[in-house]
Amino acid sequence: MATALETTPVNGGPSDETAALKSVEINKYDFRTDSPAVFKARKGIDAEIVAQISEMKGEPAWMREFRLDAFKIFESKPMPKWGGRLGIDFQDIYYYLKPTEHQGKTWDDVPDAIKETFDRLGIPQAERQFLAGVKAQFESEVVYGSLQEDLAKKGVIFTDTDTAVREHADLLREYFGTVIPPSDNKFAALNSAVWSGGSFIYVPKGVSIEFPLQAYFRINAENMGQFERTLIIVDEGAHVHYVEGCTAPMYSSESLHSAVVEILVKRGGRCRYTTIQNWANNIYNLVTKRAMAYADATMEWIDGNLGSQLTMKYPAVYMMEPGARGEILSIAFASAGQHQDAGAKLVHAAPNTSGRIVSKSISKNGGRASYRGLVKVEPGATGSRSSVVCDALILDEHSRSDTYPYIEIEEQDVSIGHEASVSKIGEEQLFYLMSRGLTEAEASTMIVGGFIEPLVKELPMEYAVEMNKLIQLQMEGSVG
Amino acid sequence: MERLVIRGLHVAVEGQEILKGVDLEIGRGEVHALMGPNGSGKSTLGYAIMGHPAYEVTSGTIELVAADGTRRDVLAMEPDERARAGIFLAFQRPMAIPGVRLADFLRHSVTNVRNPDRKEGEELMPMREFRAELKAKMAELSMDPDFARRYVNDGFSGGEMKRAEILQLAMLRPGFAILDETDSGLDADAVRLASESIAKIGGAEMGILIITHHEQLLEHNVPLRTHVMLGGRIVESGGPELAAELHKKGYERIRVAYPDAAAAERAMEDAAGLAGRAVPAGAGA
Repeated sequence: MATALETTPVNGGPSDETAALKSVEINKYDFRTDSPAVFKARKGIDAEIVAQISEMKGEPAWMREFRLDAFKIFESKPMPKWGGRLGIDFQDIYYYLKPTEHQGKTWDDVPDAIKETFDRLGIPQAERQFLAGVKAQFESEVVYGSLQEDLAKKGVIFTDTDTAVREHADLLREYFGTVIPPSDNKFAALNSAVWSGGSFIYVPKGVSIEFPLQAYFRINAENMGQFERTLIIVDEGAHVHYVEGCTAPMYSSESLHSAVVEILVKRGGRCRYTTIQNWANNIYNLVTKRAMAYADATMEWIDGNLGSQLTMKYPAVYMMEPGARGEILSIAFASAGQHQDAGAKLVHAAPNTSGRIVSKSISKNGGRASYRGLVKVEPGATGSRSSVVCDALILDEHSRSDTYPYIEIEEQDVSIGHEASVSKIGEEQLFYLMSRGLTEAEASTMIVGGFIEPLVKELPMEYAVEMNKLIQLQMEGSVG
Repeated sequence: MERLVIRGLHVAVEGQEILKGVDLEIGRGEVHALMGPNGSGKSTLGYAIMGHPAYEVTSGTIELVAADGTRRDVLAMEPDERARAGIFLAFQRPMAIPGVRLADFLRHSVTNVRNPDRKEGEELMPMREFRAELKAKMAELSMDPDFARRYVNDGFSGGEMKRAEILQLAMLRPGFAILDETDSGLDADAVRLASESIAKIGGAEMGILIITHHEQLLEHNVPLRTHVMLGGRIVESGGPELAAELHKKGYERIRVAYPDAAAAERAMEDAAGLAGRAVPAGAGA
């Protein structure tokens, strides 16, 4: 067991809990289903629906089999008994909509609250329509055409996953479902059975992409979905920063979003995946995100979660070979009626691997933010180092914060540190700022902004600006 | 000239009375010194004027009285409203606000104080204009411009904290400033620098109440009046020579001359135990 452990180790807990930690993340774009349908699978899920989805997409037999097998696993797995309360009726959900349906909706259908938030975030009109699901796609062809060309010249593949099944079948098939097999957890199985959309990225050996790749650079429309499926392969010595989602609130009439994100970073490669998501309050946001980092490779997850009814999301890095590095930075903001059960997972599966988790959560107006994390050192992973810092800020006495740090160490000669702090906005801090002319609300917002600053400064500039605005809106209570 | 007028002020912290009837009047352009032994209530007066929620005013008044006789009730104002009305407190132990840059904080603060009617969310002072002014002020105070990029009081040395307070004073230019032991924890050179800086910032528009144990801070800020606090009351007031006397000879003459106040001082010490009394963090009374 641990030698250099700086904190009391918590046993693995019930095995289904830790197993389920291998689970869960999400997607950002959302459907509306009351638009005129070209094709809409009937409500609910069974093998027939799963086969029908595959058929509608014109998929090869192997993918259809993959889906059907996954569906069996989904049926056989119990719901997770930990995390948050999951009141999901799986038979009351539409699992597939053809993307053409998005065009049926008009701007008038978008709720005023969402429009107002777009206003306040200063999002351009074209982008708003996209975000609200009015347009199936951002004007990416026009704006990003030259970018696509440039990427293609370098051999980079950046497309939606459905297209990749058709056009890059061999490459996709080699890795699809290998990082997160359908058997991983119930929601990974569900996603595997009914997935649609998501990004497929391949960065060839030694290619470094200087600017962040963003989901809406993609040309194809089929990028929205409740069950998005993303696969990123960073080849040896390659480098990519992928940015998913945006800070505008995701509007959806559906209640379940369950995505799977698989990433492989090969020897000496480097991948950063940034997500900021702000869900409407009716959403269950259950996502499985995992990366495998090989020799001297670096994987970084930067993850911001706002809104939703319940989010369960624990981005993971498995450090598979010596010198691999994993870093997970996350921010969760839980307000009234929201439970953010978010965290991170680092698995040291090889010697001299290093990891860092920094988690910041804020709870307000009765919101609940939980940090749930696992650091695991497998036998043989000598010389591994990990540090975990989780800080919670509670804004009022109605709100709640919990920390569930699991640490499993099966090797000597490792260094694992864990620090956790829970603080309330101090009367003294508020008074100090107010004595300089800031109102109480301005002072609280400033303290919260400072609290998350260490993570916000890791974001691309425009995201950092939006994130700060979003926190301001949250603090005013005018959003979600 | 506007005056800050305090009458019969009684203040309690967690039910224990600290101030037992303070009268004090400061006009704009005047410098007053407030001296007294530890625990006599000097900082409490500062917090009460600024509106700290833990300091309960049980009776008495604090008012801003304009030259034309118009009165504003300070006690009815929130701390931010007091700041916007022109009151400033330089903290003895200012709070750290991690992650918030001094410049960002100060820009917000300056915007609010200079536009008392500003609503939340309205534009801040233009960045370019603010930066130019901040840079000029920092140069006047011989401060490194990089200092403004640091997080507010986070990891500051004692001296840096005091200088940051003085910088805020310079930027906010309040009508009335209370400087709570701005000299404590500083070496002689730093005190001299602080004293010069305060003299530069003050002037005909600013009333200053300097709370101090020493007279060095008064070197460049010769007080019009020196007040001595003991046992929660101002027991004696005089000219600058009083500050010099107290600095040299201590408070024994005062204790002997005002036995009631000295008894109150002992009672307050006994009631709470000077070291262990539960005052809010950073609020040395």
